[in-house]
Amino acid sequence: MLMKKPYQSLEVNPTNNMKQVIRRKLSASILRLSLVFLLTFSITLSAQEGDPAKGKSLFNSNCAACHQLDKKMTGPALRNVMQRLEDSEGLDREWMNAWIRNSAGMVKSGDAYANKIYNEYGGAAMTAFPQLSDQDISDILAYTAEEVQAPAAGAAQVGAAPVAGEGDSVSNKLILGALAVLFGLLAFALMLVNKTLRNFAEAKGVDLSEDKSIPLWKAFVKNQFLVIVTVIIFLLAAAYFAFGYFMQIGVDQGYQPVQPIHFSHKIHAGDNGIDCKYCHSSARVSKTSGIPSLNVCMNCHKSVYEYTGETTAEYSKEFYDGEIQKLYEAAGWSDADQKYTGEAKPVKWIRIHNLPDFAYFNHSQHVTVAGLECQTCHGPVEEMEIMYQHSPLTMGWCVNCHRDTNVKVKDNAYYTKIHEELSKKYGVEELTAAQMGGLECGKCHY
Amino acid sequence: MNINMKNLIKIFVLVIVVSSVVSCQKNSRPNYQFFPNMYEAVPYETYSESDAFANGVAAQLPVDGTIPRGYTPFEIENTPEGFEYAKANLKSPLDSSEIDTPRGKELYDIYCGICHGNKGAGQGNLVKREKILGIPSYADVGRAITEGSTYHTIYYGKNAMGSYANQLNEEERWQVVAYVLKLKADLEK
Repeated sequence: MLMKKPYQSLEVNPTNNMKQVIRRKLSASILRLSLVFLLTFSITLSAQEGDPAKGKSLFNSNCAACHQLDKKMTGPALRNVMQRLEDSEGLDREWMNAWIRNSAGMVKSGDAYANKIYNEYGGAAMTAFPQLSDQDISDILAYTAEEVQAPAAGAAQVGAAPVAGEGDSVSNKLILGALAVLFGLLAFALMLVNKTLRNFAEAKGVDLSEDKSIPLWKAFVKNQFLVIVTVIIFLLAAAYFAFGYFMQIGVDQGYQPVQPIHFSHKIHAGDNGIDCKYCHSSARVSKTSGIPSLNVCMNCHKSVYEYTGETTAEYSKEFYDGEIQKLYEAAGWSDADQKYTGEAKPVKWIRIHNLPDFAYFNHSQHVTVAGLECQTCHGPVEEMEIMYQHSPLTMGWCVNCHRDTNVKVKDNAYYTKIHEELSKKYGVEELTAAQMGGLECGKCHY
Repeated sequence: MNINMKNLIKIFVLVIVVSSVVSCQKNSRPNYQFFPNMYEAVPYETYSESDAFANGVAAQLPVDGTIPRGYTPFEIENTPEGFEYAKANLKSPLDSSEIDTPRGKELYDIYCGICHGNKGAGQGNLVKREKILGIPSYADVGRAITEGSTYHTIYYGKNAMGSYANQLNEEERWQVVAYVLKLKADLEK
């Protein structure tokens, strides 16, 4: 029976058949030898052939979700990782390959350093990358072994932009100043000319006395018709301006407060093309569009810790980075430890759009049911460096839009019946929001 | 000369008055209001400051142990073990008739597509612009996502990804999961 199944019996009790054991050991050691040979060969090869450029793209697509070169993220910083591990832990490339391809297996196998790093990062196993070839790993390691690049090019760019911007404003000021001086000189010259002419006139004996005719205002007062017309015009104008002034009370169109953290809708919604509803998610389903809580910011800003886009003199990289730091402070996020400290501080955002309590407005009705673009009411938010109120939010403004906009009835069974009845009543193909009842007082005031 | 000086003074005064009136129109301040108590409500507004609570904010978290109406608690924990458990065992409650692909796509494009790309290959706009790097494809072999692991990740976040539990409700999360698996299947073709 033993002879029938020699291999299985070996597993159970390896000492009962010496011959087999020896053969197995032999084959195993040959295998191991060849593996070592292969690995050393591949290492020597790869040490020369690791291509940092390829490695960079591999790193960015595979590793960068959790690792950066010089900054602790979800996983440790990886600059010179191979060199560091060789020096401090005596680990070799074979270990690295095994770790990258199956870190969970390494931890289970009881490897000391694997367990150390696993526990250090909160028991979150690194994703296995069995698809990476030896060459791929060499490329990635070559990329991590690159020297820190002096930020010369970047700094030059960043430095150049503000200088140019300042130059603009300086030259503007110069031109304006020069103009002012010019006008001053002109006025002075005219006065001088006037004075000289008078001197000439006096010298020649020309009579310059101006007070012989009646003063203009006396002539005006004497003409009663002119006085009445003027008073009427004055009163009308005053009424016009008073009316205009009273009508704009409570209208905050153009209101643009300075927020405690400078949030640029231009960068987020414009440059990066993040959907409005990503942050203002409650606009889909509730009355208010909501101020995003800071965890929504942190969804991205855990990874995005610095600004790398275009800068101007007013809004430099340092400025934006400072604002991100303000966010970290408010959210209680320690960027160095990649952990929440638990000391969050609420941000005192200043509300811009504020309808009085006697008017009911529901975002989800407009966003989800009517399918309106946010920009219809809020204007070109994706171009606003500083958010402001684009629309007057007055009743006339609401009503005008309700009169012009057709109700979106497609794919909405809720409206099918009422739309049929009302469109028959009004004799139209498509109903506007007003015809659907969008002008009834009780719809918004109750 | 006297008349000249008087005119100058008049013009000067006029300029000062006009400029002071104009400079009072500041956009950084809200306008005057007829009846302020209809604008600044007497009851607490959701995000307003309030002295009713210790932390000075009107918006409060639900008391521990309370469950909002129509809300099912998610029992699986936010730990690597919980993730593995969800990956192996958690199944979608939606059957094939309840899966609404257009809606799943709409939600996916808003919340996930910005990083994961509209095809799920990890090439969202933020990745293309090199703001966030290393977003894996859904077809990634090492991750081998399942519906359970996807739901767990949406609910709690994973690694650099944050939680989307507050932006999507339970049904919406499962719709997104269904759409993610559809993208995964398309990528693996």
